[in-house]
Amino acid sequence: MHGFANPRRFLRLARWLTPATLITGLVLAGGAFVWGLTQVPPDRLLGETVRIMFVHVPAAWLGMGGWLGLTSAGIALLVWRHPLAAIAGRAIALPGLVFTVICLVTGSIWGRPSWGTWWEWDGRLTSMLVLAFLYLGYIALSDAYAKAGTTMRVPAIFAIVGAVNLPIINRSVVWWNSLHQPASITVGKNAIDGAYLAPLLVAAVGCACLFAAATLMRMRALLAEAQMDARLRRQALEAAPTLLREHA
Amino acid sequence: MTRLAPKHQRLILAAVALLALTGAGLGGAYALRSQASYFYLPAQMLADPPASDRSVRLGGMVEAGSIQKQADGVTIAFTVTDQHGARVPVRYAGIVPDLFVENSGVVAEGRLLPGGVFEADNLLAKHDENYVPRELQDMHKEQGGAALVTGGPQT
Repeated sequence: MHGFANPRRFLRLARWLTPATLITGLVLAGGAFVWGLTQVPPDRLLGETVRIMFVHVPAAWLGMGGWLGLTSAGIALLVWRHPLAAIAGRAIALPGLVFTVICLVTGSIWGRPSWGTWWEWDGRLTSMLVLAFLYLGYIALSDAYAKAGTTMRVPAIFAIVGAVNLPIINRSVVWWNSLHQPASITVGKNAIDGAYLAPLLVAAVGCACLFAAATLMRMRALLAEAQMDARLRRQALEAAPTLLREHA
Repeated sequence: MTRLAPKHQRLILAAVALLALTGAGLGGAYALRSQASYFYLPAQMLADPPASDRSVRLGGMVEAGSIQKQADGVTIAFTVTDQHGARVPVRYAGIVPDLFVENSGVVAEGRLLPGGVFEADNLLAKHDENYVPRELQDMHKEQGGAALVTGGPQT
């Protein structure tokens, strides 16, 4: 990890890793979506709407995984003062929010035909909505701190505190009577037929690659922005004495 | 006693904070399990019947062979049951969701009438965690095997 404390070394890695994850993600996710939409048999109860699973489930996993990433970045910032941690946090937050919103929207579209409702204040649905609001809060907070140019310690603490929601999302369908069904895939158990499981896992890996690609792109952009700011500031400092002399 | 390096102090602090926070979240969620529940199970409803003017939700499995269409053509009657064997009769007039079938999960919104019948004004279907193609389900039936994990409502 500390090898990447040098942004230049990180950038050298990111230069080829970004297109690699992007292309892998597009191929895998795109292929899995086409597979799921056209090749998979209808479910015994859900019928054709089972195809929504291939978007909904990876989006849910990555929405939660993204917050795990924010928490890790927060710890790396607070404990090791890793120079890339703040930028990683800011880069992860947006794709994390996007996947969480995709999960909520596809879940709503799926809920209408199967459960008979667009939205219910069920434990799982509500805790997932809270996750989306936490992402919004983190983005607003980290943007404000980045603009002020101070340390990113407060957003990092916010990310760690927000991790409290992750076990709640996980347990919401087990401890509370909920409209949402319990997890199909848990340790040692899988209740999804192979015909659905294979495209689901490919879609999940593909979406994870897309998440990584988006994060790397944003990290590079944020680093470039910081570099540009520094250069402008230096130029302004160099120009200042001449300007003063001209006005005198 | 040797002093820990500041980095290790921070690491321990962060680990303790993370553990305490997730522990608090889990503890809170666990303590809320009767308040945050989305519906009553039949056993819970029979043990502590809600007032008949209170709007509540009843959730469980639709008992096999219990769905009966009434003479008016729109009202149906069925029984909601749970793994404790508790049963609550339900009456509902309206359109049922696609997934409303016998031996499947259901959530009924309405009131428990003084006679013990639950009058629902809305029905939601509950899906279980199993995803099985139609053809395979027929195959399981022909073989008479219970290859499906029968998912009951979680308590």
